[in-house]
Amino acid sequence: MNGTTAGRLVGVDVGGTFTDLVCLDPSAPGGIRLAKVPTTVANQADGVLAALAAAGVEAGQVEQIVHGTTTTTNALLERKVARTGLITTRGFRDVLELGRRTRPTSYGLTGRFEPLIPRELRLEVAERVDADGEVLVPLDEAGVLAAVEALRTLGCESVVVHFLHSYANRAHERRAVELVRQAWPEAAVTAGSEILSEFREYERGTTAAVNAAVQPVLRRYLDRLAGGLAQQGYARELLVMQGNGGTVAAGLAADQAVNTVMSGPASGVIAAAYTATAAGFPNAITYDMGGTSSDVGLILDGLPRIHAELDLEYGMPIHVPMVDVHTIGAGGGSIARIDEAGLLRVGPESAGATPGPICYGRGGTEPTITDANLVLGRLDPDKLLAVDHPVTVDDVAAVIQARIGDPLGLSAEQAAAAILQIANDKMAGAVRMVSLARGHDPRDFALFAFGGAGPLHATALARELAIPHVVLPARPGITNAIGCVVADLRHDYVNTLNTPLSTLDIADVHRLFREQEAAGRATIEAEAVEVERIEARRSVDMQFQGQSHILSVALEHGEPSLESLEQRFAAAYWERFAVELPEIRPVLVNLHTAVLGKRRPVPLAALAGSDERQATAEAAIIGRRSVWFEGTGRVDTPVYRRERLPEEAAFAGPAIVAQFDATTVIEPGQSARLDRDGNLLVTVRVGEVR
Amino acid sequence: MSTSLDPVTLAVIQNGLQQVCAEMDVAFSRSAFSPVISETYDRSDGIYHRDGGALIAQGEDGLPVFVGTMQDCTAAVIERAKKVEPGDVFIVNDPYLGGTHLMDVKFVKPFFYKGELFCWLANTGHWPDIGGAVPGGFSASATESEQEGLRLPPVKLYKAGVLDDEILSIILSNIRIADQRIGDIKAQAAALTVGERRLTGMLERYGRDTVDDAIAELRRRAAQQMRAKIAAIPDGSYDSEAVVDSDGVVDAPLFIRLTMTKQGEELYFDFSRSSPPCEGPMNSVIATTRSSVYLAIKHIFPDIPINAGTFEPLHVADPDGTFLYARYPRPVSGCAAEVSQRIAEAVFAAMTKAVPDLLFAAPAGTSGNFSLGGLDPKTGRGFVCYLISGGGYGGHMGGDGLSNGCSTIGISKTTPIEVVEQRYPILYEEYALREGSGGAGKSRGGFGVRYKVRLRRGKARASFVMDHGRVGPQGALGGGDGAPNTVLVERGGETYTPLHLSKEQGIAIAEGDAITVETPGGGGYGDPRRRDPERCARDFRRSYYTADQIRERWGVVLAEDGSVDRAATQAERS
Repeated sequence: MNGTTAGRLVGVDVGGTFTDLVCLDPSAPGGIRLAKVPTTVANQADGVLAALAAAGVEAGQVEQIVHGTTTTTNALLERKVARTGLITTRGFRDVLELGRRTRPTSYGLTGRFEPLIPRELRLEVAERVDADGEVLVPLDEAGVLAAVEALRTLGCESVVVHFLHSYANRAHERRAVELVRQAWPEAAVTAGSEILSEFREYERGTTAAVNAAVQPVLRRYLDRLAGGLAQQGYARELLVMQGNGGTVAAGLAADQAVNTVMSGPASGVIAAAYTATAAGFPNAITYDMGGTSSDVGLILDGLPRIHAELDLEYGMPIHVPMVDVHTIGAGGGSIARIDEAGLLRVGPESAGATPGPICYGRGGTEPTITDANLVLGRLDPDKLLAVDHPVTVDDVAAVIQARIGDPLGLSAEQAAAAILQIANDKMAGAVRMVSLARGHDPRDFALFAFGGAGPLHATALARELAIPHVVLPARPGITNAIGCVVADLRHDYVNTLNTPLSTLDIADVHRLFREQEAAGRATIEAEAVEVERIEARRSVDMQFQGQSHILSVALEHGEPSLESLEQRFAAAYWERFAVELPEIRPVLVNLHTAVLGKRRPVPLAALAGSDERQATAEAAIIGRRSVWFEGTGRVDTPVYRRERLPEEAAFAGPAIVAQFDATTVIEPGQSARLDRDGNLLVTVRVGEVR
Repeated sequence: MSTSLDPVTLAVIQNGLQQVCAEMDVAFSRSAFSPVISETYDRSDGIYHRDGGALIAQGEDGLPVFVGTMQDCTAAVIERAKKVEPGDVFIVNDPYLGGTHLMDVKFVKPFFYKGELFCWLANTGHWPDIGGAVPGGFSASATESEQEGLRLPPVKLYKAGVLDDEILSIILSNIRIADQRIGDIKAQAAALTVGERRLTGMLERYGRDTVDDAIAELRRRAAQQMRAKIAAIPDGSYDSEAVVDSDGVVDAPLFIRLTMTKQGEELYFDFSRSSPPCEGPMNSVIATTRSSVYLAIKHIFPDIPINAGTFEPLHVADPDGTFLYARYPRPVSGCAAEVSQRIAEAVFAAMTKAVPDLLFAAPAGTSGNFSLGGLDPKTGRGFVCYLISGGGYGGHMGGDGLSNGCSTIGISKTTPIEVVEQRYPILYEEYALREGSGGAGKSRGGFGVRYKVRLRRGKARASFVMDHGRVGPQGALGGGDGAPNTVLVERGGETYTPLHLSKEQGIAIAEGDAITVETPGGGGYGDPRRRDPERCARDFRRSYYTADQIRERWGVVLAEDGSVDRAATQAERS
């Protein structure tokens, strides 16, 4: 590397197994440096620094580092969080433990739930505001101070202040926070309405509790990482990925630590949105298939679908705006078995990474989707990434024969094919439900597949779903890291009005929108990161009076009139439900502004950088093998090496396209083409299906 | 299994049928108007056989109490339908024809493929009102069906795809808040259209005969799967009992007495020793009685599929002459929400004797229905507010019971306090975990809820249909019972407990009056003296119980600082 930082951009994403790094570096051969190193679980920062070293990147010579971390998500799932206390309205400390009166599954009465803040750390003070924001009981300031002392004695390092109806009147919450900060400057303090100014006390309170519980954890982690990078001479602000698909300066990230939850899947979808839009597919379903599960997202008009209704696990709603990613319980490690009714099932049980599929040779004994792919020739037996001890294809086939084939009267190959078909059928069904539940028909989308196993199944899924186009990005295995380099700065603001349009003062709407935008602009300016321009996107959540569902409606630029709100809502409702309800009054529930600091566009073609390109597609063929396909059975199939394919290469299926960390299957009758950015575009014949 | 039916096709068709139901569920709840359906999922969608209405598949996200009722109701429609054509949709809510309570309105639609009847599609949606004496329909003291609301025999609401305005106008003239119902009606019918479209796609792809064969084969296999579960239960007869507080009219307990007999691969449920039919609305119609048994079994074996085959080895003898087999005009508005849960509790209790390791102590088992109707002087508009509450679940082999779980027969979420206070003139003074309510045990029961609401302005009438006020949810294997439900009315400065403990209708209250409700805790599981004392100390730290309660119920003595006094505990427990 030379001595300047010009144009050198690093995205580094920590995943469950690997830490991936991509460095766009004009001085590198092909313009790109990549690294994949094992994730260091105890301190992810070590893996990040190791990835920089592995890629030969000196932090001091990088213009910008953008980082995706699972620190907060893991802390929550493993409950390794800061000891957190709650100060809340008298009479309501159990709101966070009682939840919304549910159970984890529809059937079975043995579920469990532990709130993030145990009962002994939830304290009450006298105060009460009603739904109109009117103060019924004044804030007991002495009570707040007494609670602070108690929580300090109980060993808390973080505090949530969460009062009923604070979305309607924040005065008590603000004053209480002020008192806590004065009396206890060392504590991390989160006010419920600061994170989320929406009604629904359980969701708002839990979201605040999540923020408080991970805030010290994230702060410590980012301090350590920033320190490590500074030692290597990195002087710029480190940017951190958020669940909303945007980035935030590391110095501000911990204040709203909850926003970094689920940032990994979000950054995958952001990369997909950027890449698919550039490839001419602004409407896409993303399919990120990993070892234990798969993530599905929707991209509409080039923008990832955002929602604010994540349940990280049972009883842990996190209602901040996030990229809407739905996780389905099928991945390469999903186990196939015969159930009590004698039917073949695939998943949801998974062999995970350990012991993993049989073919990993780590002691796995149950046949998985990956094993079926191996037996059917879709995966190259010589190239299994994670293999510890060699297991032959025959070994795997023998287990599939015994476990699945014999009970069903099938050969090993037929049994493997059955596993694959049922897995694809199930995954296609799940993708369908994800899009339908959000009001979209999958046939109107392209399928954008990534992750270790996504490209292996994408074309079959597209066929099942009658999706005509599949996009396979240049680097399917490091998509999340790419999301880091293409993401904009982003801050979201939500205010609840919950007022029928008939009694709404539109001036309030305009004022709140202006305040939201101003807050976003101020925050981005404070981040001191170079942006090309700042952009605000406004939307409203609306419903018909009496309904509980809300519908999010995007607004054009400029200040909306009452009429335009009504019209846009009616149009959106019609598009979504094909129902007109002129008799019923529309209600404006929430105002939402996303403020984006647009960063310089990233040259995607650099990601496809390769010095192995050949003159023709034929020359990229590195071998042939016998591969099983639905409908045709075994076919002698050419294996292309992706790095050798020339730009605009076109070829027909059946084909296998192999690359460093992914394998793409192209079925007979499908055709593929490599575009200028290195995406593989596959056209699927969908005429005969559904 | 016919030759065209390979194992892959069979599994794919099973998944496909399930998917059709799931898509109907989504279509219904996403576009439904009333929160009861859109938010609390009080609805279900399914596919039924053309001969007799046997259940082919039903959505896994439907309300559990509908698992067995919709096939009975579809059968009743098939029996009565003279001529059907594509696009017809029957509407029916008659409880005595395969129903639950009147509020559960079913739409039943014949599905034609290439001009031939292939199967029936049906769904149920809980309407927020169906007329009758009480807004919302949960009467505590009706003595005949007519007081409970509008009863619809199977009639065609849509004829060849066209909504019949005359029938619609009869319906809308007999229910409250009628102006919003059209949104639900359209959503409910549209869900069946979605099912029709998806099923057509499936038949196009696999062929009518293959799908037919698969349906028969899946039914056979579901029966086989259920039988495999039953075979593992020791042969024998197991008696159990569950008590309904009263029928709301006569202040006397109603007993559900079950003898469950397991023989080979079959289970027989005999309720014939239960109380006779009652005057008030706590009678159960036979479809609900059967369905309650099915849903209890499904709670015990959650992974069994739901189709007619599953029910084959479960034999529920018609409990003629008891309150569990109501005939017209017996009032039944309490059966779906309350009696059903007592029936399930009796099944749990019998099964606990047979296979204790699989079971759990009794859950709170009441929907905790509290409704408040009146006129808000601030808005000048009428309102009907329902509060449905959860309670503690029972302890089990794997751990303590869940707190504030929803009813056995439901899957819904509560309405947030902030939403209730926005919409209705009431103010919560408290919404808290009910301390001490979980039954003692090696695994203790979960906790119920304690809430208090006050009317801020105007006048209103309050009604309750709850249960488990007389005795708490049963403990299991030596565990203690959960705390019973309580209701306290504070009216004009005086407080009283309703005569029927958990049921009363039309209590007139005014500004400043308040109601306090405490819902049941779950039963405890196993000998309390075998609970780890450290768990007891933690429960004390969290103020779940007082030190005295810990000592009395678990024999654990705590020192001043809340830590376990080992020596004293040993002495106490020996």
